[in-house]
Amino acid sequence: MQVGVNRLIKNAFKGSAFTIYSVLAGLLLGLPLFVIFFSFFSWDSAIWQHLAATVLPKYISNSLLLALGVGLGATILGTCLAWLIVNYNFYGRRLIQWMVLLPLAMPAYIIAYTYTGLLDFAGPLQTFIRDTFDLGAQDYWFPEVRSLSGAIILMSLVLYPYVYILARTAFSEQSQKYREVSELAGVSPLKHFFKVALPLARPAIMTGAALAMMEALADFGTVEYFGVSTFTTGIYRTWFGMGDIKAASQLSGFLCLFVFILIMVEKMSRRDSQNYSSRQGKSAQAKQVKGINGALIFVLCSLPVAFGFIIPFVQLATWAFSFSDLSNLADYPEYAMNSAMLASIGAIVVVAMALLFSYAKRLHPSKTVSGFIQLVSLGYALPGTVIAIGVLVPLGWLDIKLNVLTNVWFNFQPGLVFSGTVFALIFAYAIRFMSVALNNTEAGIQRIKPSMDEASKVLGDSPSQRLLRIHIPLLKASLLSATLLVFVDILKELPATLVLRPFNFNTLAVKAFELASDERLIDAALPSITIVLVGILPVIILTKTLDGIERKYA
Amino acid sequence: MTLCISRLFVLFSLVIFSASSFGAEVNVYSARKEALIKPILDDFSKQTGIKVNLITGDADALISRIESEGQFSPADVLISTDVGRLVRAKQLGVTQANADEVIIANVPAYLRDEELHWTALTLRARPIMYAADRVDPASLSTMQALTNKEWKNRICIRSSNNIYNQSMISGMIQTQGEAKTLVWAKGLVANFARRPKGGDRDQIRAVVAGECDVAIANTYYLAGMLNADDEATRKTAQQVAVFWPDQDTIGTHVNISGVSIAKYANNLDAAKTLIRFMLTDEAQAWYAETNHEYPVKQGIKWSQTLQDMGTFKAQEVSLAKVGETNAKALMLMDNAGWR
Repeated sequence: MQVGVNRLIKNAFKGSAFTIYSVLAGLLLGLPLFVIFFSFFSWDSAIWQHLAATVLPKYISNSLLLALGVGLGATILGTCLAWLIVNYNFYGRRLIQWMVLLPLAMPAYIIAYTYTGLLDFAGPLQTFIRDTFDLGAQDYWFPEVRSLSGAIILMSLVLYPYVYILARTAFSEQSQKYREVSELAGVSPLKHFFKVALPLARPAIMTGAALAMMEALADFGTVEYFGVSTFTTGIYRTWFGMGDIKAASQLSGFLCLFVFILIMVEKMSRRDSQNYSSRQGKSAQAKQVKGINGALIFVLCSLPVAFGFIIPFVQLATWAFSFSDLSNLADYPEYAMNSAMLASIGAIVVVAMALLFSYAKRLHPSKTVSGFIQLVSLGYALPGTVIAIGVLVPLGWLDIKLNVLTNVWFNFQPGLVFSGTVFALIFAYAIRFMSVALNNTEAGIQRIKPSMDEASKVLGDSPSQRLLRIHIPLLKASLLSATLLVFVDILKELPATLVLRPFNFNTLAVKAFELASDERLIDAALPSITIVLVGILPVIILTKTLDGIERKYA
Repeated sequence: MTLCISRLFVLFSLVIFSASSFGAEVNVYSARKEALIKPILDDFSKQTGIKVNLITGDADALISRIESEGQFSPADVLISTDVGRLVRAKQLGVTQANADEVIIANVPAYLRDEELHWTALTLRARPIMYAADRVDPASLSTMQALTNKEWKNRICIRSSNNIYNQSMISGMIQTQGEAKTLVWAKGLVANFARRPKGGDRDQIRAVVAGECDVAIANTYYLAGMLNADDEATRKTAQQVAVFWPDQDTIGTHVNISGVSIAKYANNLDAAKTLIRFMLTDEAQAWYAETNHEYPVKQGIKWSQTLQDMGTFKAQEVSLAKVGETNAKALMLMDNAGWR
């Protein structure tokens, strides 16, 4: 009976069971987004006139500048680091190789608080300058940390690893032959980089840049603290200040539109560059660089690490150990466990769903599946609180229906089963971070040659057998790096966790934020540093994974 | 048969999943940070044997959560750090009246809802703070006077995104009307020393660093700095003094932290007991001593830091009305160019 229904639906979709599963998963994940889009049916023009006349132009220009600035900054840092590390063998390369990923473990709002403490007008550096040279407030110029450009620089410093990871894989896949040809033709290494290597790696770099830009658009903590009005601060302000959840949802809808355009541009740039990994020929081999040049490369590569990780880490550690109240230290293992538990479950669920989407698309490339993939990718640019509310509304509805049902069956009402439990949190993470996982699974699955599928089909494997026997083993590295990235992202995630968590449930990010937002920055240092420490382990494993990918193509 | 087993399985998993409700307990949704409320809740549990379950978060997000959880919401008590959110919770119909004589006897009428859907627990004052070494307190008088030319490029205040500013402007709309408030807000913006950014503590630091001469900030931030663990922060805070504006007329703006009982509260008695506890001398004194907020109840001793800042006349405008004009206040600040 069930098989019959399956076949019926299958025929209707002209796809496999995977298509159906992915459509169902897409519908589920799309629910919160539909809640947002639904708000467009009740349009209040008075409030929009007010917004357009006063603050909207600023939201748009600041958000655009922020996204473009961070995209550019992350691209420059990530691409240069990846190029140097893949192509040159210099003293300290092994060390740098894993250190460049460390800024991933640093939440953007934490680095923002830390640098403000260091560099602001009332901070130690400027006070030192004033005291040393006996200057007054208006007598000298100092760059303003809490500004749009400050936000761009700080976010670029923690988001460049997204570009680096993808660019590094792309560069290491490039055949050694290309460089040899360039060298024979007398093309300088710089020209080779711009004319050959960069265009070939462009799709990967664009994907990384798009991720960094989406993350920047979703940021609330940093821009709020820096006093930069963007779409996210506007959403909070309209919702919390004016109590207008409709207009706030509509603003979120426009943010989605932004991102949709971004994804389209990124897809278009990738369209003509479908190339399966060519295993013929050796891939690029690192050139030995010694002496001053080697040292120079080492210094260049360590700059982003120093500014994006070491300096803020040392500052946080100083605060934590000199002033923090260590009496609550006994609670930290529990917070860390909660954080790690959520991050692990979340990462596994998100990556499994991403694999389902990518595999369904590979089996039967259809507009429906691609459409859903694009829809669920939108969540990455939405602020966590918006997603949280988008999750609460359908889950609340589901709980009420469930209670009606159990009442009829057992004369028993269980109350809330979905909202207010870990389920709601995982659901929110799935929407928020699906894009990160999808980028990895999509890129990975595209690298597998279609001939592998054909061979498996000839041997009589079913689609699920093929997934288990061919694709998952070949995708191991992509799946692992997706899992680790999502793990670290969930570890840092704040607004959705804050709203959706169950009673008496604290995570490290919640702890850090509560103290920091209460302007108790120094007390926030301890939980912040714990987040970073918990995040370092997956970052190290990630480095090993990337090494593995590199070796496979070497 | 199979159907029966699967139903049993569903039942079983539901029991596992849903929070069990045995023993006396009370579920608190708090916009107040855990560190600032947990100790007093622990005391409550110790004294009454009632277990307190806590979630903290943004007030509006918590209200939305209660709303979407509907009749099954586990929330019994909602704690907010400003009046606007309590008024909104009432408007959205997620609260219920709590006509407890303890509240009526201890909380002045302007600090509680007419129908007792919410009540204040503490007061938070927002006066002027000035650089003690360069500003003569005789040059300060009213909030209105801060728009005079002599204060050009000398005032620091945080963004209009902040609820304390929204409530302050809303209070002004109540006392002086919208037109006059708009003129005032424009005048104040014209005198800003810098683009609004950072929190209240940052404004105090900017005064000490010389970036501005006066700031508008809540007193408990300064009090927290004066009692900080690190010496540098304490020293910074000591260079700032408090001036109470509008003492001859309407009084200084105050906001509240307050509490509501949720409409579908399951543990109604425990919730009422908790609110009564929050209004005991002991709990009120704890707030005054630890958080440096003003007790809502008369005759409670203030912390030494608060005593040093001096007594003041508070603006006695109905806070329910202040909450109602919050959106208006925000749009007014948009129009004044207050970022």
